[in-house]
Amino acid sequence: MSAKTPEQINEDLLRPLAGVSARYLIVLACFLAVVIAGFTAFGWQVYHGIGVAGIRRPVFWGFYITNFVFWIGLSHAGTLISAILRLANATWRRPVTRCAEVITVFALSIGAMFPIIHLGRPWLFFWLVPYPSERGIWPNIHSPLLWDFFAISTYLLGSGTFLLLPILPDLALVRDRATGLRKKIYTVLAIGWRGTPRQWHRLEKAMQIMAIAVIPVAVSVHSIVSWDFAMAPVPMWHSTIFAPYFVAGAIFSGIAALIIAMALLRKFLHLEEYLLPVHFENLGKLLLVMSLLWVYFVFAERLTTWYGNEPSEMAVFWLTQRGSYSPLFWTMVTCNFLIPFPLLAIKKLRTITGCVIASIGVVIGMWLERFLIIVPALSHKYLPYSWGTYRPTWVEITITAATFAAMAMLYMLFSKFIPIISVWELKWGQHEEPERDSVLLRKDEEATA
Amino acid sequence: MAVPDTIYGLFPGPRSAERGMNGLRDAGVAADKIVVMASEPFEEYSFAQGERTTTMGWLAVCGGVVGGIAGFTLAWYTQTSYPLVTGGMPIVAPWPTGIVTYELTMMGAVLTTVIALLVGSRLPDWSHKLYDPEIAHGKVLIGVVDPSDEARADLENRLRRAGAEKVKATGRFATL
Repeated sequence: MSAKTPEQINEDLLRPLAGVSARYLIVLACFLAVVIAGFTAFGWQVYHGIGVAGIRRPVFWGFYITNFVFWIGLSHAGTLISAILRLANATWRRPVTRCAEVITVFALSIGAMFPIIHLGRPWLFFWLVPYPSERGIWPNIHSPLLWDFFAISTYLLGSGTFLLLPILPDLALVRDRATGLRKKIYTVLAIGWRGTPRQWHRLEKAMQIMAIAVIPVAVSVHSIVSWDFAMAPVPMWHSTIFAPYFVAGAIFSGIAALIIAMALLRKFLHLEEYLLPVHFENLGKLLLVMSLLWVYFVFAERLTTWYGNEPSEMAVFWLTQRGSYSPLFWTMVTCNFLIPFPLLAIKKLRTITGCVIASIGVVIGMWLERFLIIVPALSHKYLPYSWGTYRPTWVEITITAATFAAMAMLYMLFSKFIPIISVWELKWGQHEEPERDSVLLRKDEEATA
Repeated sequence: MAVPDTIYGLFPGPRSAERGMNGLRDAGVAADKIVVMASEPFEEYSFAQGERTTTMGWLAVCGGVVGGIAGFTLAWYTQTSYPLVTGGMPIVAPWPTGIVTYELTMMGAVLTTVIALLVGSRLPDWSHKLYDPEIAHGKVLIGVVDPSDEARADLENRLRRAGAEKVKATGRFATL
């Protein structure tokens, strides 16, 4: 990025907050319509019962739990990547971190809704919360589903604060430039931030601590999600590889989502001077590493199963490799490896477009991966007489589509109210650039003269 | 809260702000009387050093310990209050108890860090304190709180000589 004065950075990054275009409203309305359709479908399910979904014996976990694992995985885009880059002091992270952290908070919120959507009586979801009730019943701590509750709550709290704390200085910035009602709102939101050295130092220290704390939490969250499966004696689930396999897959899909979000922000908010090709290239390299790691995990898992040659596991194994689920399996391999690998490994192809195509492939591939972990294993358990199939209904498809629309809509709204690139961190990063120092020095000298 | 009696300069950048700070120090202004505000940290400049000692790290550890104890207690209490043998495991099984304890340890550390940040930064605070919206335009505010009437002219001169684009006064000085 060429050296810019603080005022230029303010202008560029606060511009998206000023006013809305007709195009923005139309796109927002389209997403809102899909979200409303999703709520309607959910209302239909609540009214008529869970039977309107396609989940039935023996496949009790279908699209909803696929979406749960997928969205929780996608949430690893932000806080984890941002925390690692912050601790590694990677200077190129500055324009990227907030875009990433926002994905975490929204994806996690969406993902956490699915166990509730999946309940037969969703209005009783609070029974999962350990509180002294008149029933005298406490949740079963031995159940991995309860671990999810604790892990997701902790991760949501950590990610939320990791996102919100460094927003304070930018809220103050918007406050000082706003007028009327907007000024009043941002005054409340900025909670009196003034930018004293004491405040800056405390904020930096807090972010360091949070970065250290949030990395193991992020790892634990997806490990625990994997244990929802690995703790069950279901063919191809009961495996020690599941926790690292899920964590790697989560980071993989998270980076892909981040690249897509950054490309869209770059185009539609005109942030070409801030979200540079080098950011896509660096994230593309990271995506390439994760793609290779994903292949390694899939190979290790399948090799061990194949050598074990346990009949119930082999039934699921062949079902996915050359049976009725094989089209999905090979599409997953294509999307997660065969497409991204050349696009990301060959330097000439590792452009913004190349990274975005690879990322779209990875997001599709990772959703399929979650589906293929859950459904074939449940449909082909130990006894052949209990084998079955699964076909999603319009209710599940509509709710799934609505979550993608909700993610896009929330992201659009966020970028309209909060600077999507951290203004103060970007300015701070420029201290390290001699060109910027010379700009400031010249301004200083002019002022002195 | 009323705005304190202050004289301050708005500097266009960190180098002139550094000169302004040095000027105030040369005039014998005590460190606790000098106020600094900026829209970015400028940690590499001495004017932005301020109070750097903090116990936030240790507080986070303490918060983690408290969270861990709470997590263990919760897991132990719920398991013994509604004893349920699952998969041949003992009632208070160490593995699941460890997971809940771990998650609440981290939650305790995170919550304590947030609280320590807010308390340490004296936030939230919507009272009418010294501030200048020009900070949002990249200016650095360097000023002196509650200076004597005799020192006012000298301080204003020092701030201007250092490169302050504007020198302003608040509180009783604003009306003089």
